[in-house]
Amino acid sequence: MSLPSNTDFEVDSPDISEVTNTTAKKAPWWRQLQYLAAGIIFGIILIKSEVVSWFRIQEMFRLQSFHMYGVIGSAVFTGIISVMIIKKTGAKTFYGEPITFQSRAFNKGQIFGGLLFGFGWALTGACPGPLFAQIGAGFTVTLATLVSAILGTWVYGLLRDKLPH
Amino acid sequence: MFISILTSPWPWYIAGLLIGLMVPLLLLLGNRHFGISSNLRHICAACLPGKIPFFSYNWKKESWNLFFAGGIVIGGLIASALLADKEPSSSIHPQLAAEMAGYGVTYAHAPLPAELFNWPALFTLKGFLLMIAGGFLVGFGTRYAGGCTSGHAIMGLSTLQWPSLVATCCFMAGGFVMANLVLPLILHL
Repeated sequence: MSLPSNTDFEVDSPDISEVTNTTAKKAPWWRQLQYLAAGIIFGIILIKSEVVSWFRIQEMFRLQSFHMYGVIGSAVFTGIISVMIIKKTGAKTFYGEPITFQSRAFNKGQIFGGLLFGFGWALTGACPGPLFAQIGAGFTVTLATLVSAILGTWVYGLLRDKLPH
Repeated sequence: MFISILTSPWPWYIAGLLIGLMVPLLLLLGNRHFGISSNLRHICAACLPGKIPFFSYNWKKESWNLFFAGGIVIGGLIASALLADKEPSSSIHPQLAAEMAGYGVTYAHAPLPAELFNWPALFTLKGFLLMIAGGFLVGFGTRYAGGCTSGHAIMGLSTLQWPSLVATCCFMAGGFVMANLVLPLILHL
């Protein structure tokens, strides 16, 4: 069975065809520091809003608190408005490069993988962003969770052709 | 005044607004699409051996995301070391507190309950299931789904992609089943 060329929409280079990402190639190294700075801000937000809290995740899945729904809902709302403005105005990056969007195709992985991810989220109380934030906040044992998550990703890559997509 | 705002827990609408603004920020900085779980894939591509096609790509072109993840670690450090709540006042739902008391777990204003998440616990069945099995499912599931809470729920929904809505609903469904039906059994171990 042949897989769709790209089921992974977070990675710019599709799995099979090699598409050159022009922004990355020409960009000077210091532009990476901007992403470091953005990550620092994001990490602070995650800790200060308690999104990294195992207890807040348990409350969410027991419908005992509005907090997480409020955070995700208002983040999506802000994101939708921002993307609409960028599309409407045809805004470019700060460096004049075009901003592009890709549409995502449906595949069964979004269902099966989504459910498995949900199981893991409720167990660990952390999705990938909070894993990094918890480690920074001094919970060194989360390193074990992160290593296991990396291993899980590797096993997915190993079994990918045998899984229903 | 400003510092006192920073050192108390942030309400959902502030947090949501700021997380949502990550989407245009990364787009404007360099046409980057918000999503964190791909870092797990980049780390596999960079560090783990084996000629697996899924990891045979030029991860260096995606290295912005590793810088972003490194920033999150530093941000976590700054928030907990410099901006920690002066007088921790946050609480959890009484029903959850009662349930957790039944497992010997108390809320101590920390993100993780130290009773469950600690190094020695890794070698118990309960700790193994929570951290190792849980982590494995996060890593396997997110890549199988093609994204995580940031890539699908925030970025995907922000660009109105319905497959991301499917994924987000499945994240939630999986979490509901695990938290309500399976986790109580594990915590009783």
